[in-house]
Amino acid sequence: MAINWFKYSAPTTFYGLAGKMIPWFAFSAAILFAIGLYIGFYVAPTDYQQGEFYRIIFIHVPSSILSMFLYLIMAGYAALGLIFNTRLSSMMATAIAPTGALFAFISLWTGALWGKPMWGAWWVWDARLTSELILLFLYLGFIALHASIDDPRRADRASALLAIVGSVNVPIIYFSVKWWNTLHQGSTIKFTGTTMHIAMQQAMFIMLAACWLYAIAVVLARVRSIILERERHTKWVTELPEVK
Amino acid sequence: MKKSTMFDLLLLVVRRDLILAMRRRADVLTTLIFFVMVVSLFPLGVGPEMGMLRKMAPGVLWVAALLASMLSLGRLFSADYLDGTLEQMMLAPQSLSMLVLGKMAAHWMVSGLPLVLMAPVLGVQFDMSAQALGVLILGLLLGTPILSMVGAIGAALTLGLRGGGVLLSLLVLPLCIPVLIFGTGAVEAVSTGLTAAPHLSLLGALLVLALAFTPWVTAQALRISME
Repeated sequence: MAINWFKYSAPTTFYGLAGKMIPWFAFSAAILFAIGLYIGFYVAPTDYQQGEFYRIIFIHVPSSILSMFLYLIMAGYAALGLIFNTRLSSMMATAIAPTGALFAFISLWTGALWGKPMWGAWWVWDARLTSELILLFLYLGFIALHASIDDPRRADRASALLAIVGSVNVPIIYFSVKWWNTLHQGSTIKFTGTTMHIAMQQAMFIMLAACWLYAIAVVLARVRSIILERERHTKWVTELPEVK
Repeated sequence: MKKSTMFDLLLLVVRRDLILAMRRRADVLTTLIFFVMVVSLFPLGVGPEMGMLRKMAPGVLWVAALLASMLSLGRLFSADYLDGTLEQMMLAPQSLSMLVLGKMAAHWMVSGLPLVLMAPVLGVQFDMSAQALGVLILGLLLGTPILSMVGAIGAALTLGLRGGGVLLSLLVLPLCIPVLIFGTGAVEAVSTGLTAAPHLSLLGALLVLALAFTPWVTAQALRISME
């Protein structure tokens, strides 16, 4: 069976598809959050070095990973919109930005909560922390630039260019723990295996999956609103049952 | 197009922008005075203790240079945009990237170079050693062109927007942080008895990278802003 993928690149058809997909993603995200938190808080053993404090990684690590990935995905969508002039890609980029900024903020905030008992300081000017903070600024710059241009087409294109330029920062954050040996610990999970306890590992991966599903659900919901807002003058929007 | 005409164009744009800047000398001077004032405020704010000032000097000078260059970035394209010159430039058959590079070069000569020349005087105020001063100047010489070039992207993106100045800083400052880190790192390395070479090499690499990509990106940004 040949699926016409381009069919769903039109906001008209994607609006309906997104509406059908949101409950599935939201529901599975909620279940995975519940399972992940249960394993994280009740099943996973206490760390012999960091005590109970380490449990913050179950939200800290997934949100840090997502903040970086979402930036790259956002820049990718923005680039698609800039190059092929597809409306939906630009709308997706705009929809991803607030969620990415939220995850960057959660990552910094939980990092501070973890840093106080571990390092004795809320904040240190460590390479990874600083570059993650820059990532948050890049998200805010993207959102601010998009918001301050009235013409949506120009806003899309200008912020797309900014997103692409800013994506230089993502590999810097990712490799910062390798390049600069500062306070932030290196990654525990590697492609060659990990030294983590199996329950910790499970909780972390389940939470990561939950965050992904949550992000997808929220982005789809937001892109639906953006589609409605941008296409409010068209006939198909006025004929929607929820608009009537 | 022949190679010579490309460079003729570059020189032409640089000369034009320099002449325009000389006609409005006050603009150039305000940036420089701002730089001197910000740097001079620090000893008043944190106290005149020489040991601390010596330690702070590279950071203070770099941050002040960063802020001063933000101040002048808004004017990079706005005057040409308002009187329609920019539109004519974009209609010209020559490469827009080359034109943009010329404008960047002129902007650096007007706003970056005076800061570099002024820095040693201020460094002496902070009791910096001769060696540290030399590295500071070298770092600024490599780094301030990057600030002009990266800043030009932001200036082109925010062209003609309300509240463009504040937005410009929000967009450009995060991208300038690596320059700040390596620039101050070089001076600190020298003060602690290490070599500044790795930091300066990285700054040089950033400069080459910026030279290769920013004129093109800025040209694209101008096209987006002008349609």
